[in-house]
Amino acid sequence: MSEALIVLKDIGKHYTRSKQTVRIFEHLDMIVPREDFVAIMGPSGSGKTTLLNLLGGIDRPSSGEIQFDGKRVDDLSESRLAAFRAGSVGFIFQFYNLMPMLTAAQNVELPLLLTKLGPKARRERVKTALEIVSLSDRARHKPSELSGGQQQRVAIARAIVSDPKLLLCDEPTGDLDRETAGEILSMLQTLNRDLGKTIVMVTHDPEAARFAKRTLHLDKGRFSEKDLSA
Amino acid sequence: MTFLELVRKNLFRKKLRTILTTVAIFIAFAIFGVLATFQNALNSGVDTAGADRLIVTNKINFTLPMPIAYVSRVRAVEGVKTVAHANWFGGYYQEPRNFLVALAIDPVTYLDIYPEYVLPKSQRETFLNDRGSIIVGEALAKQYKWKVGDRIPVKSNIFRQRNGSDTWDFTLAGIMTPGAQGVDVNFVAFHYKYFAETRSFGGDTIGWLIVKTAGSKDNDRIARTVDAMFANSPFETETKTEQAFNKAFTEQLGDLGFIITAIVGAAFATILLIVGNTMMLTVRERTNEIAVLKTIGFTSRRIFQLVLGESMLLAMIGGLLGLVAAFLMSVALQNVFAGRIGVMSFTPGTAFIGLVLMASLGFLTGILPALRAMRLDIVTALGRK
Repeated sequence: MSEALIVLKDIGKHYTRSKQTVRIFEHLDMIVPREDFVAIMGPSGSGKTTLLNLLGGIDRPSSGEIQFDGKRVDDLSESRLAAFRAGSVGFIFQFYNLMPMLTAAQNVELPLLLTKLGPKARRERVKTALEIVSLSDRARHKPSELSGGQQQRVAIARAIVSDPKLLLCDEPTGDLDRETAGEILSMLQTLNRDLGKTIVMVTHDPEAARFAKRTLHLDKGRFSEKDLSA
Repeated sequence: MTFLELVRKNLFRKKLRTILTTVAIFIAFAIFGVLATFQNALNSGVDTAGADRLIVTNKINFTLPMPIAYVSRVRAVEGVKTVAHANWFGGYYQEPRNFLVALAIDPVTYLDIYPEYVLPKSQRETFLNDRGSIIVGEALAKQYKWKVGDRIPVKSNIFRQRNGSDTWDFTLAGIMTPGAQGVDVNFVAFHYKYFAETRSFGGDTIGWLIVKTAGSKDNDRIARTVDAMFANSPFETETKTEQAFNKAFTEQLGDLGFIITAIVGAAFATILLIVGNTMMLTVRERTNEIAVLKTIGFTSRRIFQLVLGESMLLAMIGGLLGLVAAFLMSVALQNVFAGRIGVMSFTPGTAFIGLVLMASLGFLTGILPALRAMRLDIVTALGRK
C-alpha cells in the first residue's frame, strides 16, 4: 500500500432532527491508501453509512475537509461533485438497485451515458465489465430474470465500467446466502488485488470483513483498527 | 443505448398505464383536430372572400328578397365594375337529408365575379347557353356519382313550380373545381331566369347582390352610396364586404370559436390533470431509482431532462396519433359534409397549433415532477440518513 487516495481531516457531521442536533462525527480523521481494501464495522447508528456517503460525495461534512487523490472534494459544486462520482467512484448497494426495465448490459452501460465515449467504445467497455464478473452470457437478461448473486455481479460491473479508482460497498452481501456472498467477496478481492481498485466496504458480517485487508471498527463516531492484511 | 432510449424505456416500463394515458391524450388531440377542421370549414368563406367584393342584402334580414331592379341601379354607382345576384333555393336531392346549397344565379356575371369557381371552357359555354342546366361542385358530383349530361332532379323545401311540383329537373352542364386552396365549390347553381319563370311565387325578386368594385379602397364609399340609395324604401339594404358578410353568416350558428375553444379547453384541462397526476405518481414510485442515478453521477439537470423528456415523449406520441386520426377523419368527413359547410381541410396551421399544444402539454405535465426529481436529495431518498 502506498500514498493516500482519500484523506478525511477533522470531519464533523451533524443532522438536525425535530429541532434536535444529532452529532454523528466530531473531529474524525481517516486515511485510505491507494489499493486498500478496508471493511468498516460497527453497531447500528455508529455512522458507517454516513461515512460512506461522505467518501462517495453524496453527502457533505458539516466541518472539516475531504481530499480525494490530493484534491479537495467536499467544497465542489453540485455538478462537479456529480462528475466526481461518475468518474472516480463506483457504488455497490445491498439491494443491487438495478433498473428493472433495462437488461444487464444496459444497466452496466448507464454510467457510460455520462461520458463522451461512442456506442462502439461503450459496448466494448460493457462487454469487458461483464466478462470480469463472469456474466457475459446474461447480458440480455433483465434483473427479474437473474438471481440475487447475478444481480449483485451486474451491480459490480456497473460500478467498475467507468474504471473508477474507488469502490464503495454498502453491505454488498447483506441480501445473499453464504455461498453467493463468498463469491461476491472473492470478486471484490480480485478487483482489489488484480485491478488495483481501492475498496471501502461497510458490513455487519465479520465473515465478510475477513475478505478485506483491514477492518476499522466505528463506534460513537470514532475508529479502532484491526489489521487483517498480515 | 442512448439517452432517448432510456427515456423511452422509462416511459414504457408500465405498459398498460402508458397505453391508457396515451389513449387519453390521443382522444384529446383527435377532438382538437376534428373541431379545428370544422372551424376551418366554417371559416373558409371568410378566408377566401374577395377583398373587392361587397354583398348587398335586405336590411331587415338577409333571407328577405329585394327587387331585381336593384341590380341595374347598383351597377350605375361609380366604382362598381360588375353586379351579380343570387337566390337561396332551399334545395335537396331526392330526400331532405341530402341537403344541397342550391343557388339561382345570373350565370354570366356570377361566374365573372367568382373566377375561383373553375369550369372547363366547354362546360361553361354549355351552362351559359342552356337555361335548364346546372353546375355542381366536384365533391357533390363524386358523392352522388353525377356525370356531365345527367338529368338531376333538385327539390326545394321553399319553392313550388307553377304546376305544383317541388322538383326542378336540370341537365348537368359542368362540374366546378376550386381555383385555390380553401375555396368552397360544394354547391349547385342554375339559371335565375329559368327559376323566376317557373316558380309559383316570388316574382322578380332576388336574394342578394354581389358587387365587384374597382378596388377595396372604394368599398366603404360604395357601400354607403348603395345603402343611401335605397334608404326609406320598402326594401332598404345593408351592404358589407364579402368577408364581413361571410363572418356574420357563420356566426349565425353561434360563436363557434368560443365553443370549440371551450370544448378543447375542457378536454385538455382534464388530460392535463390525468397526465400530470400520472407523472407525479411515476416519479414518486421511482424515488429510489432516481437517487441511484444521481449517485452514479447523473446531474440534477440530466435527471430533469430525463423526467421532462418522458412527459414530452408521452404527449408527442398521443398527440401525433390524435392528429393523424383527425386528419383521416377530416378526409372521410369531407364527403359526408359536402355541400353543407365549407371545405373541411386539415391545414398546416392546425398541425402547427397541435404541435404547440403537444409541447405545452408535455411541459406542463412534466415540469413539476421533473423539478421534484431534480431537487431530490440522494441521502434522504435512499434512506441513508
